[in-house]
Amino acid sequence: MTTALRTHELGKRYGRSRHWALKDCTLDLPTGRVVGLVGPNGAGKSTLLGLAAGMLVPTAGRIDVLGEAPSSGSEHLARVGFVSQDAPTYRGMSVADHLRLGAHLNPRWDDALVRERIDRLGIDPSRRTGSLSGGQRAQIALTMAIGKRPELLILDEPVAALDPLARREFMQDLMEAVAEQDLTVVLSSHLVSDLERACDYLVVLVDSQVRVAGDLEELLASHRRMTGARRPSDVGPAGHHVVTASHTDRQSTFVVRTGGPLVDPSWDATPLGLEDLVLAYLRGDASYERPRPTVEVVR
Amino acid sequence: MIEFHLDSRSGVSAYLQLVQQVRRALRLGLLSEGDQLPTVKDVARQLAINPNTVLKAYRDLERDGLVAPRPGVGTFVTRTLTDNTLAAHGPLRTDLQRWLSKARRAGLDDESIEALFMTTFRAASEEDIA
Amino acid sequence: MIWLTWRQLRLQAVPVAAAVALLLVALAVTGPSLVDAAEDGARSFLTGLSADTFKVTLYYAGIATAYALPLVVGAFWGAPMVARELEARTHRLVWSQSVTRTRWLAFKLLGAAAVTATVAGLLSWALTWWAGPIERAIAAGEGTGPFMVSRIEPALFGARGTVPVAYALLALAFGVLAGLVIRRTVAAMAVTLVLVVATQLLVVSMVRSQLAEPETITTPITEENLVGLMISGDADTIENVMQIQVDTAETGEWELSNLTLDADGERMRTLPAWVADCGGPPPGERAQAGAREACFERLADEGYEQQVTFHPTSSFWTLQWRESALLLVLALGLGGLCFWRIRGDAP
Repeated sequence: MTTALRTHELGKRYGRSRHWALKDCTLDLPTGRVVGLVGPNGAGKSTLLGLAAGMLVPTAGRIDVLGEAPSSGSEHLARVGFVSQDAPTYRGMSVADHLRLGAHLNPRWDDALVRERIDRLGIDPSRRTGSLSGGQRAQIALTMAIGKRPELLILDEPVAALDPLARREFMQDLMEAVAEQDLTVVLSSHLVSDLERACDYLVVLVDSQVRVAGDLEELLASHRRMTGARRPSDVGPAGHHVVTASHTDRQSTFVVRTGGPLVDPSWDATPLGLEDLVLAYLRGDASYERPRPTVEVVR
Repeated sequence: MIEFHLDSRSGVSAYLQLVQQVRRALRLGLLSEGDQLPTVKDVARQLAINPNTVLKAYRDLERDGLVAPRPGVGTFVTRTLTDNTLAAHGPLRTDLQRWLSKARRAGLDDESIEALFMTTFRAASEEDIA
Repeated sequence: MIWLTWRQLRLQAVPVAAAVALLLVALAVTGPSLVDAAEDGARSFLTGLSADTFKVTLYYAGIATAYALPLVVGAFWGAPMVARELEARTHRLVWSQSVTRTRWLAFKLLGAAAVTATVAGLLSWALTWWAGPIERAIAAGEGTGPFMVSRIEPALFGARGTVPVAYALLALAFGVLAGLVIRRTVAAMAVTLVLVVATQLLVVSMVRSQLAEPETITTPITEENLVGLMISGDADTIENVMQIQVDTAETGEWELSNLTLDADGERMRTLPAWVADCGGPPPGERAQAGAREACFERLADEGYEQQVTFHPTSSFWTLQWRESALLLVLALGLGGLCFWRIRGDAP
């Protein structure tokens, strides 16, 4: 199995700041996936993606992207597409100029693909990107990133600034590109709903640290909300890893990562949706379990 | 050709919804042998959904012998579900109606009936899987 | 990359280049007539030219443009080059194409440097050619009216020869580095202007005169060569004479110092009050017969001499080359810093 992004105790501090924007981050993201990076604002998502895109230099630890140090040369740059937060474009330059820029600066540029996408988006290539809507600019940025035919596409909050329709169109385009090309995608969002359908791998980042990471189906299958009569202590159901615990005078509710079959009949176990799963990790202070190297690649 | 829809509030995973929609279409006769399913790319685009999810749904249907991929062309229906089950629908429905009136007589309201049905159904499915 | 470099530079480069081109056309049109006029009547050449308002204006406009060009290049080409990308965050777009940052910067820097060197080079060459006849006349001691300053003197030196090119390139490097460090276009422009002006002042006041060995002439002070003296106190009660200035036979030179030495060869900070007589009577008073002559005799008797240090007009190109080389080395160093700096965080 190949690795799209591998980090080892990766840490980042900006300038002389004592605050770690990202701390002790160890991840192993497989290729062929759409990886969703979720967390509240300021959790370190942009820092992690910036490090992966080679825009930032690590303060501690190691990071490998497609088996090499980030942006370690033009050939490696050609394999990784990156769209930064707010999808910056040259506002004074036309769409056609941007495409020309892409064609000039990328050896693997797929002009036919790009023209077709722009056509379908219905954007007049002679327009300056400054006069386009936020959604259209995001589409241009995505088109440029896809047009260079990368193996890995890194998108930092690509839809955060878009209205619902533009969001939908962006995700449609992205999913089509994933279907068409042999593409691994890592995208971040502070909204779980953006990622729900698109992602098949999840990383939850809270307070500069990774809380949980793994195959989405596996995570959904292994997490349960368990309700039962009030228990005397915070000790959850035996054999299960407690993510969150809450108690009323009568009832105890645990969100657990199951360690085995749920047999205790005194507990009522229900599955969790993605949103609830993520929320549990955002709220809980459970320590992060290192990724286990048993992830099946679907492709 | 059929079109898929996803209900994000149903709590049913997207992949399962796709499988169910194909099965329903087969059962209702909307799809018959030789019909082509939408390509993975088209479904991914239309629903803004991960293509792996579509692939997984199609592979599930394939394992059940309902569809078969033709490399480079697409996925095609190989068997329909119309014949045998439709006949069984009537008696089952009568049974269920009988059970429902029994439940009402026992004092259960709609909500309790639904909760009872769902927990039993879920427990049964989990047992089946296990 | 060449296309992108040009695409982004042209907006700033075209107006500047156009302005310079306009000046070049004016110089090209009027230049030949200057050569002819200088050949026809060397003596009356500058006097005649002084009356030609257009050419006088052109002469000063050329000087002003040559001094302004490094400022414009530094502030409008250099400072925004990276700062504007960082401000608009487009650096993240362009640095995620399949071109390394180092290569990107190399193209942008070299591209801008090539345009800068071309524009500044053409301008300076044209000015040096156009003003050639005037400057030869000034060097020959014919200076008059608006045409008094020799090209080796600070006021003109930076507007002639190769130095303007070197300043423009240095300003470009200052601008790019300021933009990279400050990350704000307007602030980087302001800092660039300050740095360029400060460098020019520093070079003129402290560095340039050291770049070649100046010549020294020691001469007795005579009625013929005395050009002025500075007196402290008022006309009635002269306390002492602060300074004497003499003229040497040299023409078109850059005078560094004009000092009075006593018989022991020591520099005199002040001179006795009687030296004031050498300057003749104060305005409106009648001269005492023989007082001036007596003063010069006494100066000679007591062993006073005047020492003049200067760079002769022949040192012009030596100073030009050396100063240009120094500035270019500095520019290269700053360019190197840009490459070092761009490898850091790009938030």
